[in-house]
Amino acid sequence: MNLFADAIAWIFSPDRATGALPLSEAIGTHLAFTAVAVLLAALLAVPAGWVIGHTGRGREFAVALSGAARAVPSFGLVLLLVLLLGVTHKVAASTTAFVLLAVPPILAGAYTGVEAVDRRVVDGARSVGMTPGQVLRKVEVPLGLPLLIGGLRSATLQVVATVTLAGYVGSWGLGFYIVQGIQLRDFSQILGAALVIVVLAVVLDLLFALLERAVVPRGVSARRAEQSDPARRRRRREVATSAT
Amino acid sequence: MIEFRSVTKTYPDGTVAVADFDLVVPPHRTTVLVGSSGSGKTTLLRMINRMVEPTSGTIEIDGTSVLDRDPVQLRRSIGYVLQNGGLLPHQRVIDNVTTVLRLTGTPKRAARERALEVLDVVGLDRSLAERYPSQLSGGQQQRVGVARALAADPNILLMDEPFGAVDPIVRAELQTETLRLQQELNKTVVFVTHDVDEAFLLGDQVVILQEGAHVAQIGSPSEIIENPASEFVASFIGVERGTRALHTKRTDRGTVLVDTAGRTQGVLVEGTA
Ligand SMILES: Nc1ncnc2c1ncn2[C@@H]1O[C@H](COP(=O)(O)OP(=O)(O)OP(=O)(O)O)[C@@H](O)[C@H]1O
Ligand SMILES: [Mg+2]
Repeated sequence: MNLFADAIAWIFSPDRATGALPLSEAIGTHLAFTAVAVLLAALLAVPAGWVIGHTGRGREFAVALSGAARAVPSFGLVLLLVLLLGVTHKVAASTTAFVLLAVPPILAGAYTGVEAVDRRVVDGARSVGMTPGQVLRKVEVPLGLPLLIGGLRSATLQVVATVTLAGYVGSWGLGFYIVQGIQLRDFSQILGAALVIVVLAVVLDLLFALLERAVVPRGVSARRAEQSDPARRRRRREVATSAT
Repeated sequence: MIEFRSVTKTYPDGTVAVADFDLVVPPHRTTVLVGSSGSGKTTLLRMINRMVEPTSGTIEIDGTSVLDRDPVQLRRSIGYVLQNGGLLPHQRVIDNVTTVLRLTGTPKRAARERALEVLDVVGLDRSLAERYPSQLSGGQQQRVGVARALAADPNILLMDEPFGAVDPIVRAELQTETLRLQQELNKTVVFVTHDVDEAFLLGDQVVILQEGAHVAQIGSPSEIIENPASEFVASFIGVERGTRALHTKRTDRGTVLVDTAGRTQGVLVEGTA
């Protein structure tokens, strides 16, 4: 309990505003890493996932990829990339590792979102004369948005936790406090930094949860109030598990 | 006019849904395809707007093979009411109805005006325009499906068991409306159902199908009832049962017609119809 109080005291200590690495700067770097990695991953994975979901082609590849990604240890990946890209490119190496970790859940969210759209609705859209592109844009993407946001949510949570590891390869982010704390045996610093990371993760998760709700199309949420859709819930679980 | 010539459809899994099918669908008339489940009705219908491609044979609309037309343009020019509605759940009724108009570049304002008119035509209150499909009853959703198909004023209207999922009362109401609509609009309608009564009620020409879209009989409802071409047709349309097998019974006030269940169905009026 004392350790806990010390950790809280560490967080709110005036020393956190000064020194080699002020807390606000560490949080900023941490979030910036997360945001950049998730954005880059989304740029790659969202269009790819939509195409996979729309055409049904490459699905096996996507499933295998998320499976493989689950087996890759994050820390190993970061170290491997630092070794591969050279110690002078630590930022690029770490970012690449985070992007690679973020891609599978986003890909899964994008393609399951499109796939989960009722085939009869897609059939209706095609039969009134929508081109394949229009079907994707006007029907599959908007209806698949909640699952895509779910994928982004998983990716973000995973990356925000993993960015901590960047503290081992460079003196950035909240992970640096932990690495330094271990060396100095300063447990209140370790726990304090860990708590800040937890709070960041919870806040981000909450924001995404709100967003996920906000993007459910109105006509669909009107129905959901009356009847829940087991197929949709099953998909949601798939996305959630593929992210871990 | 729509013409099927030796049309065959074999699905990739080897199912022969349609085997060597020929049919002439006359313009401005309702042709009803009726047959039991799996007889290939939906397949036939969807080959007209290229939602399904024939394996062999040709389908012509006014002398032009549909295979020579761009599928997207073709579909926009044909109204199609799907077996299950197929409305877009995330769009309001009005936007569902204007879909085709918007796709073909009608300005938003004009499309809206037109859509509201079509809602009147299919008997839907304009106040429902801002609702989502999920906020409508099954019968109302079907009407929206019909309105969507009619909005761009196509010459051809394809209807696939449009009233299959509604209760008998609403169904009867929608059937009456369809008859009225057809009198007003004069479209070439191809209507699919597995309900013989519906077929005889709505069809100018009725096509009775067996497995593989094999034509058991083509004719007007009267021709078919008066002269069933085979045992199959006779039993399919039920000439020996229900309200189609009537016998006369003399009463004090004249002759009445009684069905096989013993219920009086009507009065025999002498003279020519
Ligand atoms: N996409 C498909 N792939 C394989 N077989 C199919 C496909 N669509 C239909 N079939 C088969 O083709 C046959 C005809 O199907 P179709 O849907 O045209 O029948 P239908 O007369 O419309 O039946 P229903 O009254 O049940 O709607 C059936 O045996 C069906 O199983
Ligand atoms: Mg069918």
